[in-house]
Amino acid sequence: VSFTPGGLDCSISFVSHVLGKVCVHGRQKEILSVLVPRLTDLTKSDCIWQRICWRLVECVPDRWMEAVVLGFVQTAPRADVLSRLLGNLVVKNKKAQFVVTQKMLLLQYGHTAAVLQNLLGYLALDSLRRALLIKVLKELLETWGSSSAVKHSPPEQQQYISKAILICLSHLKEPEIESCRQELLTSVMEGVKCHLDSNLPQIRRLGMIVAESISSKINTDGPVLKFQYEEDDEARELKSLLVQTPPFCVVPSPPDDDRNEKADAALPGVLEGNKKSHPAAAVKPEEESDAELDSDDDLIPYDMSEDKELKTKAPVYIRDCIEVLTSSEDVDKWEATVMALESLVRKNPAAAREVSVELAKIVLHLEEKTCIEGFVELRQRAQVAILTADPIPVAKYLTSQFYSLNYSLRQRVDILDVLVLAAQELSCPKSHGKTKHSDVQKPYIQLLPGSDSSKDWRRIVDERIKSKTRRFATGRSQVERASGPNEFNSVAGHFFFPLIQHFDRPLTTFDLLGEDHFVLGRLVHALAILMYLAVNTVAVTAMGKVLLEFVWALRFHTDSYVRQGLLSCISSVLLSVPAERLLEDVIEELLETQSWLGDVVEKDPDGDCRRLALQNLLLMENLKKKLKTVPS
Amino acid sequence: MALPPPDPQFVLRGTSAAVHALHFSCDSQEPAVPVLFSGSENGFIHVWNLKTHRVDTPLDGHGRKSVYCVETMGGKDRLLSQGRDQRICLWDLAEGRTAVTDSVCTENVGFCRCSLLKVAQGRWLMAMAAKALEEVQVLELPSKTSVCTLKPEVGAKLGMPMCLKLWQPSCGSQPLLLAGYEDGSVALWNLSMGKALSQLVCHQEPVMSLDFDSEKAKGISGSSEKVLSIWSLDEQQNLQVYKTHKLVNAGISDITIRPDKKILATAGWDHRIRIFGWKKLKPLAVLDYHTATVHAVSFSDHKIPSQRLLAAGSKDHRISIWSIYTQT
Repeated sequence: VSFTPGGLDCSISFVSHVLGKVCVHGRQKEILSVLVPRLTDLTKSDCIWQRICWRLVECVPDRWMEAVVLGFVQTAPRADVLSRLLGNLVVKNKKAQFVVTQKMLLLQYGHTAAVLQNLLGYLALDSLRRALLIKVLKELLETWGSSSAVKHSPPEQQQYISKAILICLSHLKEPEIESCRQELLTSVMEGVKCHLDSNLPQIRRLGMIVAESISSKINTDGPVLKFQYEEDDEARELKSLLVQTPPFCVVPSPPDDDRNEKADAALPGVLEGNKKSHPAAAVKPEEESDAELDSDDDLIPYDMSEDKELKTKAPVYIRDCIEVLTSSEDVDKWEATVMALESLVRKNPAAAREVSVELAKIVLHLEEKTCIEGFVELRQRAQVAILTADPIPVAKYLTSQFYSLNYSLRQRVDILDVLVLAAQELSCPKSHGKTKHSDVQKPYIQLLPGSDSSKDWRRIVDERIKSKTRRFATGRSQVERASGPNEFNSVAGHFFFPLIQHFDRPLTTFDLLGEDHFVLGRLVHALAILMYLAVNTVAVTAMGKVLLEFVWALRFHTDSYVRQGLLSCISSVLLSVPAERLLEDVIEELLETQSWLGDVVEKDPDGDCRRLALQNLLLMENLKKKLKTVPS
Repeated sequence: MALPPPDPQFVLRGTSAAVHALHFSCDSQEPAVPVLFSGSENGFIHVWNLKTHRVDTPLDGHGRKSVYCVETMGGKDRLLSQGRDQRICLWDLAEGRTAVTDSVCTENVGFCRCSLLKVAQGRWLMAMAAKALEEVQVLELPSKTSVCTLKPEVGAKLGMPMCLKLWQPSCGSQPLLLAGYEDGSVALWNLSMGKALSQLVCHQEPVMSLDFDSEKAKGISGSSEKVLSIWSLDEQQNLQVYKTHKLVNAGISDITIRPDKKILATAGWDHRIRIFGWKKLKPLAVLDYHTATVHAVSFSDHKIPSQRLLAAGSKDHRISIWSIYTQT
């Protein structure tokens, strides 16, 4: 038993007051970085010191309790240390309980995973506190599963809550899971639905991971829920939270073990390699002697394993392609046709023009018959080739089909992607005469087939916005490109206006403003890109006006992906429509939009939306400045 | 593990048209250069210098009509070429000249390559498809006098002659002619008597090409189907089928046996050149270089075995030169 220096007469409450006052003034780090390690050591085995420590924190006045508890939770190295230091404070003190169970988990979301581990571990370590743990879990799940939270709260907060849920799950024991199994199940069901409905892939993935984890915990036997999603560092980190490593497992010399293991792994590899080369050498002389006995001439045959039957040749005429794709039973021929279709259409634009709409119809409905590698990309490239060969009729067809009945979401999104890719191709100057279209360097936008096209596009447009705000008036220092007529000029309107026309007219299977907000989001992004590509075309002002009205109609949409798209539309209008035209013809819509942008910057929950709105406001400012400096 | 097939030793480019005929002339003494003659679809005959791998001289003598046969008559200064302009031209290439010294009008619109045989110093026999559909005419060169005309019997329905081979049996008797026809049969003709000694149906489809080994009295023919047919000639001059060999892909345009009779090469419609051992028709290699039908294959006549080459001309405008099995 060791005694404190200064005796036990020192009033603990005075120290608590000091501690509280210091913490509430923001000096938690300084004082606690000294205090906590000292207390950790002292309380390791000494019960009296533990009691002293508990008294210390319990005596902190309520108005300073929050700061002190927060400080302790953040500074403590591990959950068991926190447990020793705070004791059952959360049970005894209402304020502490509120801070730990409500404020830190539900109202704040800036803490690291380590802090979460400390906090929840602390709750898990004592039987009195475990009830709180379960209560916390239920509340977290309620928040996780509420659709309004999923829609309106920032993605960072949603991630934080998901992490907290996973850590709670890792601490739960069997009997506790049994008791709240039913509740867990219901909340998982509801929560998963809201998450999968979201347009942001990150939210979807969070939902999938949490649902999988919960399902694995409550159904230890029997089939477990399994989703398909991209496994990257973030996903792995989340999943690692599910497993609790016991705190005393830290082995003092892991580096040596690793090194040894690696050396062991290397050796067998080397041995195997040696073994392999020997048999190979042994076989060859045998074969040679065989050959000598076999034929009298000592002619050794070469390896003829590559000698196979010739593949079926693809048709050379486009009309043959049509025939094969619609009616042929021969799958080899069908495969060869699919692979050759794009290059055939590009080599014979005149022939393609004769049958363009029919071919577009066939390719739009083309389903994968056999397992070809890259089928989706082949189909998309073929469609782009057909569209660029004969833009106006095919665009008319595709845009009309976009709003027709009985198409799947994939097909509608395909139509949008194809229109955008073809528009990009048509608006790019062709370099040096005959180009191989697959090699054309897409100068400004890299559009990948897939659902992430919006992210890359945004990145590039952001760069362009940045370059504009820095006033690089002469453009970037690039090699002069060979100029040619803008092929997109004559067809821009045909791509753009039909897509906007019917967005508010719901069909039985397709309701853009209702359930199908995913397609609405993609539509809005596609319109933004088409607007951006229409720079220097004749129709650009009319397009800009119509697009701003469209944005105005949808500006309060609840889905953040749609809102990001709307903001990108505004950027495109500001970048593509010449300043004079904006001032003369589009000024009213611009002013209305400006007031909305101000609103978004202040109040929108999504970080990307706020950033885009800010950039738009900057662009508008620049526009005003530019117009002022030009002598009118 | 068998080695992968070798790559071409070099590739001759620059004909800018499909190559239909090839012929080497390499056994001249130093400092004369080994040469390869090639006939193309655009009517040119290119004289390739095998040291520099470039064309020395292009010969334009067939009015831009496809040249489908090239042969030398004793050395590379005398060239014979056959084209789709229904002419067989004789060239004089000595000392850098490029003149057509003589020509024979065949009046035949087919594709049958003519066959040359040297019978005496300065005298050759040439067999070619004649004006009438099923006939083969044999001329003596350079006099251009007709030796005989070989007409199949009435009702034989052999169709056009597709390929010809004149040969002389080693016992020094009269030269004989082997002819492959459109109906898939091969016939052996006696020139002095002008009649067929034997006839054998080797294929179901037209015989595209044939070659014959007079020492072993064995021959091989290829057709547009998947089968190679090997037949032999017995003492009574009767043709008999000896063996057939099934191929992976259908269509053979040309077959040639190497002068040392050890290996043979076939040019395929599947873009591949196949090498077989002649003794037992053991498949030895599949050379896959060309990207279109191979029209012609030819072995070189180098005296030194290690220098021997194989040339293949294809529809993809290229001539690939291979050095394969040169150690034996």
